[in-house]
Amino acid sequence: MSTIKSRPIYPGLSPDPNARRNVVVCDAAGAEAVVELLARADGEFAGRTSVVLSSEGLFGKESESIVERLKPATVETTAGLVPAIDRLKEILASATMGLRLYAAGSEPLIGSVVQAGAENFIDPLSVRTEHRGSLKRRVQCVHCKGMTENVTTNPVKCAQCGLLLLVRDHYSKRLAAFQGVCINAETPDESPELKVEFQ
Amino acid sequence: MTASFLRTVRVAEVEPVASRIKRFRLVSADSQPLSEFSGGSHVTVCMKAPDRLIRNPYSLMGSPSDTSSYQISVLKVEGSRGGSEFMHERVEVGTELEISEPLNLFPPAKIARKHILVAGGIGITPFMSMMGELEALGADFELHYGVRSLGDGAFCKLLEARYGKRIHVYLQDQGQLIPLERVLANQPLGSHMYVCGPKPMIDWALRTATLAGWPDENIHSEQFNAPPIGKPFVVKLTKSKREVRVGGHQSILEALEQNGIDAPFLCRGGACGQCETSVAACDGFIEHNDHYLSDAEKASGKKIMICMSRISGDAITLDL
Amino acid sequence: MVLAFKNETFRDDFTFSNSPAAIRRFPFPFVEDKYMYSVNIEPHELGPKGSVYEFPIDIDEHYVSEMRDRALVLDADPGRCQALPHMITAQWDMLELLMTSMARDYPEHFSLTRDGNQWHWINRPLGIDHKFTFGDVATLPYQPMEYIGRQCQGDFSIQDQRDGQLWMDAGIITTQADWSLDFDVGMNFFEWHAPVPLAHQAGVFDRALKFLLNMQHGRPVRRLNWTMTINSRLDTSPENYHKWGIDRTTVTPENVGDKVHLRVELQALWRLPRSNAILFSIRCYMIKMRELATVPKWGRRLPRVLRTLPDEIADYKGLTRYRQTTIDWLSKYDDGAPTSLGGGPD
Repeated sequence: MSTIKSRPIYPGLSPDPNARRNVVVCDAAGAEAVVELLARADGEFAGRTSVVLSSEGLFGKESESIVERLKPATVETTAGLVPAIDRLKEILASATMGLRLYAAGSEPLIGSVVQAGAENFIDPLSVRTEHRGSLKRRVQCVHCKGMTENVTTNPVKCAQCGLLLLVRDHYSKRLAAFQGVCINAETPDESPELKVEFQ
Repeated sequence: MTASFLRTVRVAEVEPVASRIKRFRLVSADSQPLSEFSGGSHVTVCMKAPDRLIRNPYSLMGSPSDTSSYQISVLKVEGSRGGSEFMHERVEVGTELEISEPLNLFPPAKIARKHILVAGGIGITPFMSMMGELEALGADFELHYGVRSLGDGAFCKLLEARYGKRIHVYLQDQGQLIPLERVLANQPLGSHMYVCGPKPMIDWALRTATLAGWPDENIHSEQFNAPPIGKPFVVKLTKSKREVRVGGHQSILEALEQNGIDAPFLCRGGACGQCETSVAACDGFIEHNDHYLSDAEKASGKKIMICMSRISGDAITLDL
Repeated sequence: MVLAFKNETFRDDFTFSNSPAAIRRFPFPFVEDKYMYSVNIEPHELGPKGSVYEFPIDIDEHYVSEMRDRALVLDADPGRCQALPHMITAQWDMLELLMTSMARDYPEHFSLTRDGNQWHWINRPLGIDHKFTFGDVATLPYQPMEYIGRQCQGDFSIQDQRDGQLWMDAGIITTQADWSLDFDVGMNFFEWHAPVPLAHQAGVFDRALKFLLNMQHGRPVRRLNWTMTINSRLDTSPENYHKWGIDRTTVTPENVGDKVHLRVELQALWRLPRSNAILFSIRCYMIKMRELATVPKWGRRLPRVLRTLPDEIADYKGLTRYRQTTIDWLSKYDDGAPTSLGGGPD
């Protein structure tokens, strides 16, 4: 476990039996956690629950089988993380109190859900989260402010400015990203090996 | 945290505003103008009763932008520890009092999209300044104010004149109750609820909000508790090697102060954590009355908040 | 007191230096001959005449040049000054605190005339004469925090207080010791201190947070923090680390005296009255090793302290590459004589 206090902790999904409406965003790995959530909750919970599925990397058949397993919750399938978050923002724009937000899957997905929630006045602490699947990260370059998605190595080359970045555990909920800092500023002649660290 | 940090004020006006409620207007009586304050703040008023010193917290009622005077309101509570009686019977225009600087343990959440204020009886007091602040910020708010009767409802007319349709008054003697479930339904995402009033009312409001699916993060409450009354006991102090008797109507903190022993304090309501004290031994059971210590800390018996909690038993030994 | 403002730089040719008087008043942070981490918070009370504690807000001979450097940083990277929308009341609180302090304590240089909400502010060193309406942002050329922040030495952050936490929801930070406001804005007290080693485990931040949450208006507190900087660079931001990090490799036994600087932050905290927020000022003082060694006690003490610094802390502060070279250079000023307790010169 990280000793860095800004590193988020994902306690796992638990149903809010009082919520009037449950909105869940997940990816394929996270969908397994949602299936377990529905199994843990009472029978009426699923009827109040809508799921936005990011189907990135899934074939049509696989998506369909996930939709089937999440029934009777309603499921909307989107092509990936970006359209899933866009759909979430639409839902939140007209939502009222009594809505409970959940996120399950990779860290970039959870981070994006928490971020979209905060932009719509939902306290990050009230979002219920569970990490599943890949450990890949979203990294913000502290120098050029560019975002590098799906980072699995440390260090990593910034997708925008090309600097070699040390990926720190320091995390910003507002940016939904880890911090990347130039790793060889003091040793520009050295080029450390990219080690796979977040798979 | 002792007398040197207190301000001296003079009572400029005393006005009965409802049955058993008096409003006091306080002006600076030392060289400094009164401080600005934020909505939801209170001051602690020191009362030199003949037999002892009483310090009670009272919410500041005026507009935060007006520092020419402070206003507090005091409900006279029969059979209580004597603070409200002192204010009602012994304080008049011209009386000088010592007060603390304003402290805010009940601020509005500035990030909220909308504020739902729920008050019962004298619990209206912190909302007076809070509404002034929210109004100045152009924030969206509404007040739901339950009182026994119009005669008990301080400030109903004033509030309706000032804030119009945002004020909802419910008269218990007319069979009107705050329809909280309906109020909380269909509020926009990012609404926050604040409740202040008697304990049963606070508990009811918190439960109602939770059952309406409101997250804990959006629910806030403030309760001004006087330290509960109990049986006398003895406090033994390890550092100053003294023994002090705590009377039935006294808190540990008050008993220490009466005996000239300095102990840290701030809110005197069991909320801020300043007076947290280590327990070396206890011959009896600690009655924890604070909102600060965790359940685990309370169960451990190693900590006590001396402004609010006492023991049922003979003696407690504190690291003071 | 009329200050003579120096014309100097904190980048490129680095012409910054301290006058003998500025050296004497430098807030040397080490009170004994070894390194001790402590929160060391004390009341921010007025100190001796001429000291950095004489007034709540300290203005010194570097004022004009530091403000010029701040303007350069903000022009290049506006993200160094950010405020979330709910912090506007706190911004006005900050402006009031700084303007009233500066005008009261340095009347030769600053003046503030108030007629209700109609305020008239004169800043003679920077040639500013401005009438505005307190509370009306449209009457200022910047938001209140940026307006006064461009005219006051020291970085500032403003913490909102809610849910038993402090949230860094505003700041103007151009002379930071390697932390990014843009990354940290919106974080709570534990989150923005996350990268600090060792102290979390020791419970230091739990105690500090409790203390700060109960801070009262009119009773500011302060502490000193320190690090070291190569060249007199004020803007040691992570944003530009890829440009200045290389400086750390340029220290040689010959140039320690001029290149290596002790950098001390006088951190002061105020409860702001209208907003219930907490203002945190980080006032940076730099001194070259050559200047520091002119005070015999400091020349003796600093190498002793640097030797006892744990490696984690040295790494975190970025001293590892030049710590030993600096100790070696300073050691010629350490004759082994005992030193007196406390930080001030003997």
